[in-house]
Amino acid sequence: MSNDIFEKLTKAVLDGKNKDAVSFCREAVEKGMTARAVLENGLMPGIRKVGELFSIGEYYLPELLISGKAMQAAVAELEPLLNAGGGKFHAGKYLIGTVKGDIHDIGKNIVMMMLKGNGWEVTDLGVDVPPEKICTAIADGDYDIFGMSALLTVTMPAADETVKAITKAGLRDKIKIMVGGAPVTQEFADKIGADGYAKDAFEAVNTAISLTGKTR
Amino acid sequence: MIIIGEKINSSRRQIAEAIASGNREYIQNEANVQSDAGADYIDVNAAAFMEKEAEYLKWIIEVVQEVTELPLCIDSPDPEVIKKVISLVKKPPMINSITLEPSRLDGILPLVLDYRATVIGLCQTGNQMGRTAVEKVEIAGRLVEKVTSSGISVDALYIDPLVFPVGADSNSACATLDAIEEIMRQFHGVHTVCGLTNVSHGLPNRKLVNRTFLAEAVARGLDSAILDPSDKQLLGALRASLMLMGKDEYCMGYIKAFRKGLLA
Repeated sequence: MSNDIFEKLTKAVLDGKNKDAVSFCREAVEKGMTARAVLENGLMPGIRKVGELFSIGEYYLPELLISGKAMQAAVAELEPLLNAGGGKFHAGKYLIGTVKGDIHDIGKNIVMMMLKGNGWEVTDLGVDVPPEKICTAIADGDYDIFGMSALLTVTMPAADETVKAITKAGLRDKIKIMVGGAPVTQEFADKIGADGYAKDAFEAVNTAISLTGKTR
Repeated sequence: MIIIGEKINSSRRQIAEAIASGNREYIQNEANVQSDAGADYIDVNAAAFMEKEAEYLKWIIEVVQEVTELPLCIDSPDPEVIKKVISLVKKPPMINSITLEPSRLDGILPLVLDYRATVIGLCQTGNQMGRTAVEKVEIAGRLVEKVTSSGISVDALYIDPLVFPVGADSNSACATLDAIEEIMRQFHGVHTVCGLTNVSHGLPNRKLVNRTFLAEAVARGLDSAILDPSDKQLLGALRASLMLMGKDEYCMGYIKAFRKGLLA
């Protein structure tokens, strides 16, 4: 029985069925399953599978987005129960923004959705974020990772400046830094001294997990 | 219809390699291919080279002008770079691009006047891109005002209403199409232009989406596009839609393009 409902949940996420995902969550909890079991055995396998399908080119961007939305809706349903257990619910805290001079946000927003779907608490600084603002946010918060997006070749240098500003502010050891965006490569990430690079939203989640060892 | 050939762009890997290695033949071939396929302007871009941008752009301009009489579309986000290279052009160029950002307006509008150039205006302020049709049209109106009050004729302005991936927002392509129609209706004499590849990001069979979008944009009044004119299916969709919109007298543009083997 429990396997059956987990399978239904996994399928609801895979198919991006918002309402199904929420109602199966309720059903599972009513049947006495813990919220954590529902999350780990029902929802997470679904969103992981979506990630695999996207990375091999079988799933397309809209499918990624609707699965992400179904996942978010289901997690929102479970969240009070997960938090009631007293344990730390979120995988980790993620600070995100598009670099100074760059006002593109679609890619950043997709990464945010995938992180949230995978249990990260995400704080968004928006677009065209000056390094000073990023340093202040890092200094004042307790984030595990700062991820920045640069969508244009001409705004890539701003990613470099941001890393330098974080270092200069004495905050480099406080946080892991990730970078992404269409023209960004692993070589560029290495060159500017970022800790991680991701080519797409799913890789971003995997990179976040491998940088911090935090998964939900 | 004004066609701007997009191929000589440093964000394409092969072009970047050709520029970096000084491969004149490769660049000149890309110019010839686009010119033969009916381009009206050849876009030239070296922005990927950052601090070496102006130096490489000068080289590209010289190399391209050796093989074509077509005017160039000078493509750079940096007004200083445009200022450095523009004196090399043999024909009044198109400048790609301005936004409402003051430094770009102040740097570029005087060059448009001096060189009798045309200019692409993106529906974008310093920190915001027009997303809805209403935002796009509002920004377009301000661009028209800035350009004409500088003494430049409205028909030198090509407004790009911006194209976003429809896969990330199902209404985004519609917003662009609505904006094209409204801009052409409200600002008599202005042109509209857009790129096509962004619309299909994240979707399968992208070229089908790109050319269908182009046909729909032409139906709404688009009169210029940045594209690869050597893509015969794309050009086919373009020539056919212009003809169907009554913009091809006696259908001769379509027929001639077919005879030249440019349509598929």
